[in-house]
Amino acid sequence: MTSIGISLIRLERITCSYGGEPVLVNVDLDVTGDQFTGVVGPSGSGKTTLLRVLLGSNRPIAGSVHRSRGVRVGYVPQVETVNWSFPVTVGECVRMANTRGRRLPWANRNELREAEQVLDRLGIAELAGRHIRDLSGGQQQRMFIARALLGRPQLLLMDEPTSGVDVHTRHEILHLLADLHDDGLAVILTTHDLNGIASHLPHLVCLNTEVIGHGPPAAVLTPPILERTFGAKMEVLEHAGMPIVIDNFTHPHNVVPFRKHA
Amino acid sequence: MDELLRPFEFEFFRNGLIVATLAGALCGMVGVYVVLKGMSYIGHGLSHAIFGGFAASALLGVNFVLGAGVWGVASALMINGVTRRRVIGADAAIGVITTASFALGLALFAIFGRRGRSFDAALFGSILGVSIADVLAIGAVTLLVGVLVFFGYRQLLFTTFDPEVAEASGVRTARVDALLMLVLAAAILATMQVLGVTLIAATLVIPATVARMLTSSFSRMLILATAIGAFTGFVGMNLSYHLDVQSGPTIVLVGATIFAAVFVVSGARARYRLAAIIIPPT
Repeated sequence: MTSIGISLIRLERITCSYGGEPVLVNVDLDVTGDQFTGVVGPSGSGKTTLLRVLLGSNRPIAGSVHRSRGVRVGYVPQVETVNWSFPVTVGECVRMANTRGRRLPWANRNELREAEQVLDRLGIAELAGRHIRDLSGGQQQRMFIARALLGRPQLLLMDEPTSGVDVHTRHEILHLLADLHDDGLAVILTTHDLNGIASHLPHLVCLNTEVIGHGPPAAVLTPPILERTFGAKMEVLEHAGMPIVIDNFTHPHNVVPFRKHA
Repeated sequence: MDELLRPFEFEFFRNGLIVATLAGALCGMVGVYVVLKGMSYIGHGLSHAIFGGFAASALLGVNFVLGAGVWGVASALMINGVTRRRVIGADAAIGVITTASFALGLALFAIFGRRGRSFDAALFGSILGVSIADVLAIGAVTLLVGVLVFFGYRQLLFTTFDPEVAEASGVRTARVDALLMLVLAAAILATMQVLGVTLIAATLVIPATVARMLTSSFSRMLILATAIGAFTGFVGMNLSYHLDVQSGPTIVLVGATIFAAVFVVSGARARYRLAAIIIPPT
């Protein structure tokens, strides 16, 4: 994790499609080693696709992706997409990422020690023998972060890490990510939560198929940008120097047709 | 006791017993991946698809293993391609490909008559006519699949649990999925004689399902499913002789009885684990 300020991945005018209408159009993004960015946007705005492009699992139909040589990217999926009844323990799940080199099914002493160190760092070492379903929301996120960290990433991508978790867990995850970022890990996460997550991050990208705006929360969380991003009128207040976004939903006619402004 | 040991005097029974035990172990091992990937329907469909190859090879006088094998591999790769592309629903595509192949097999037999290996044996399984060559063939397939699962354990587990992250982590998931389909086709082909195409799916699903109720660890599930499959094949084949019922149905009924017993005895928590199998990941 010694890639502060260096460009890790650069996207130039990328366009992505799953066969129909494009889900991303002409998106430019420069991901640097010191980045801690939230990608905000409504459902279907292309947030997850953007993460997949950065991860390398989705190939754009146009534009170019420049990766710095040997860049390592970790990924934490949306917990809703995980089969929590799958028969694996926390330890097995974390060590699953070790697919290179060793061919034997069981982990050797080094692998076990390395996994234990990562789990210990994230405060869930004592849960290694538990089934993954027996974890709380925060512990689930920590487990997948541990799996990602085992690959020694320079960039951590997280898809909706605070979706469906309580306030305490949300704070817990934010603090953990802030600590990891302080240790030199670049973090990009997607979120719907404008007040609970987005406004606390140093940098935001507002996405609705295309990049509507990017910059610090105070510059991006503005009524015009939010209206273009979410297709709904919103008001922004300020509290203790932080923007607070409020739905301006008073009557159905007040709702701006989705994407009409894009 | 003498009565129980009497069938062992016959070579055809000894061969059938070895084949059934190996077939059970093989299907139990492969079945773990099949059920956890929500591919039970593919297993069922593929066994029917291979019947088309069986019929064609019987009529053309081509070696059964070669004819049905080529047909099975082609069907498996076609199903895998359709499933990964996600253009139309995988279940619909599998339904079309496999039932069409099965129907073709039935039509070929209806038009040209039944030749070569027994038609009923292909559908429902039989130990009659199991030669030493069949024993060696299934032994080789079981050994090969065992080696593949052993050395591909990590890639197979990662791809089964989390294909997207596995791909991003450098696992060639397309290759792993194709390999799994080929292994499945090989397992079905090797066990078709004893179990019959209509019943193979049960031997893929039941041992894995029982093992899932007994453990929450993937490695233990793999070992347990293999052992349960082998046990089911061994006991089912013995019962098949003594009850004078075809081997396929007997083996499946033994498996179903074990499932029912474990389901009743193991309690609510074990039953809850079945969610991984009954509701496959989307």
